[in-house]
Amino acid sequence: MSVLVGNNTRLIIQGITGSEGSFHGAQIKEYGTNLVGGVTPGKGGQDALGVSVFNTVKEAKEATGANTSVIFVPPAFAAGAIIEAAEAGIELVICITEGIPTADMVTVNHTLKILPTRLVGPNCPGVISPGKAKVGIMPGFIHEPGTIGVVSRSGTLTYEAVHQLVAVGLGQSTSVGIGGDPIIGTTFINMLSLFAEDDETEGIVLIGEIGGTAEEEAAKWVIDNQLKKPIVAFIAGQTAPPGRRMGHAGAIIAGGKGTASEKVTALEDAGITVVKSPADIGTTMAKLIHS
Amino acid sequence: MKIHEYQAKELFRKYHVSVPEGYPAFSVEEALEAYDRLNVETAVVKAQIHAGGRGKGGGVKLAHSREEVKKIASQILGMNLVTHQTGPEGKEVQRLLIESGIDIARELYAGIVLDRTKSQFAFMVSTEGGVEIEKVAAETPEKIIKEWIDPDIGLTKTQSRNLAKALGLYGEQIDSAVDIFTALWTVFSENDCSLVEINPLVVTGDNHVMALDAKMNFDDNGLFRHKELLDYRDINEEDPAELEANKFNLNYIKLDGNVGCMVNGAGLAMGTMDIIKIYGGEPANFLDVGGVANAETVANGFKIILSDPNVKSILINIFGGIVRCDRVAQGVIDAMETVEVNVPVVVRLEGTNSEQAAELLEKSPLEFLVATSLADAAEKAVASVIGGVK
Repeated sequence: MSVLVGNNTRLIIQGITGSEGSFHGAQIKEYGTNLVGGVTPGKGGQDALGVSVFNTVKEAKEATGANTSVIFVPPAFAAGAIIEAAEAGIELVICITEGIPTADMVTVNHTLKILPTRLVGPNCPGVISPGKAKVGIMPGFIHEPGTIGVVSRSGTLTYEAVHQLVAVGLGQSTSVGIGGDPIIGTTFINMLSLFAEDDETEGIVLIGEIGGTAEEEAAKWVIDNQLKKPIVAFIAGQTAPPGRRMGHAGAIIAGGKGTASEKVTALEDAGITVVKSPADIGTTMAKLIHS
Repeated sequence: MKIHEYQAKELFRKYHVSVPEGYPAFSVEEALEAYDRLNVETAVVKAQIHAGGRGKGGGVKLAHSREEVKKIASQILGMNLVTHQTGPEGKEVQRLLIESGIDIARELYAGIVLDRTKSQFAFMVSTEGGVEIEKVAAETPEKIIKEWIDPDIGLTKTQSRNLAKALGLYGEQIDSAVDIFTALWTVFSENDCSLVEINPLVVTGDNHVMALDAKMNFDDNGLFRHKELLDYRDINEEDPAELEANKFNLNYIKLDGNVGCMVNGAGLAMGTMDIIKIYGGEPANFLDVGGVANAETVANGFKIILSDPNVKSILINIFGGIVRCDRVAQGVIDAMETVEVNVPVVVRLEGTNSEQAAELLEKSPLEFLVATSLADAAEKAVASVIGGVK
């Protein structure tokens, strides 16, 4: 089994006729993901990427039976797009958009509390279950089906980790970019819990970075839930100066909190193998899996 | 985006957050004009820089006469103010705020921040005003009282009253605090702030609650709906190379080391900095070139990295996904023909079409150090600084 996306995915793209949506949508389809429709307000009735375009998510869901949506809508409208998908009953919403105002995301998470929808992102590369479905902007071909679950706040650093895993003969069950913003939907804890329950996932790679306390919370969860699957973690930003936002809106050491060393200590205290060098992720996981 | 105290207080006034009367001054003459306008005996001369701890650094002083204002303003204007937030290099003071002196009965703290774990904004108050709030949070966290704000209804009167009572306020002080807290939440939420801090928030001798200081940061992602706030930007407070990088849509942060790096993606860029350090080097910068690494982007990246005279080698680390590595390689080659690069360049291209990319680099008459992995790239970049590889 994989988690979040797989053979049962029925995907719609919100923003399918935009430049990002149509470019990445074509690659999503080419990978073999079951794309069933798209949404662009005002363009209902047209076709794009070989599927029908609808004005609203509700119409798209009713006509296609979609259960998953990926969002490529500009930042000013992205929060509205997430809420629209959730209110239409889409089970999984993956938001790629970077640059959504924090206040909008506070409202999104508040609204989602009372709805069953799971949000991944925003400001993330998406989710891929190799060989089954790709719902995002990651290069599909670098992945191989396998037994390692990958969860990360980063994009290209995740590709680097996947590349290293494949180089040591380890494929992935599912690889998830949870996003680099301060307010996100799915957290490390949510993913650890899904990977813990997934029979196919034998090991987990967790890639964190400076800012916030999501890694510390993940470490606590691992202790509280006695997670036994091997975990290799890397925290980016060991050399980052305090008070500066390192590219991602959420990657900032604020008021002396959110440093890499605090996170490394918390993860190590939970029995997680933390690699100092981002070049050691693959080989370290291979050692843990084969021991 | 950060703004100055006097600008934050200007916004505060618009939203009826009580602040002392005061005027900005860019020269000693303007400082005297401001003092005359205030028509008080005691005024405060406050250095305006984007950093806290100004008082301790000698950037905030009381003046009891016109003569004193003149003397203090001439001292502070142009001084290099060093605080715990500016770093040892300090910051030149170019602007002042001249304010009426206030009769202070108590110094408190109030702030609004994002609580990332709860996905909500938190309104915080503390009786420990006038000291570093980070210190209070670390040593006596029980002295910080919080109310989390429901985004659908905002800060309620009950929450404001609870905060006021927690501060030990009474009688008319409570009403005054409720007014100021309510107004603060309005200014915060209507302007997409990422942080508002008042340290100290004071109770005056006549029982008014007032913002004696004002720190305000804005969410960069929200600025598109507040174009008017962009007038508050003071580019003198920003690093010139970082400003230049902004023009090209590059995300650059200058650091103290000598290994320059150019990377696609923020996480990989941080990881590249980290691995440079592991191999015994020091990163000179953070630079995320984003999704498009063409000749123009790479050329601009080179220019910005090389504007730092400390740079002794450059590591280009691109993981090509949607971006094709052969195109990036061609971009690097073209860029090196237009920009004079006089330090060793280590190139590591992985992902889509990486083999064609390696071939292009090999064939080029330009000198590259081609790396085969992340570790190899870091090792070569660090070694080339000390002349171990060329």
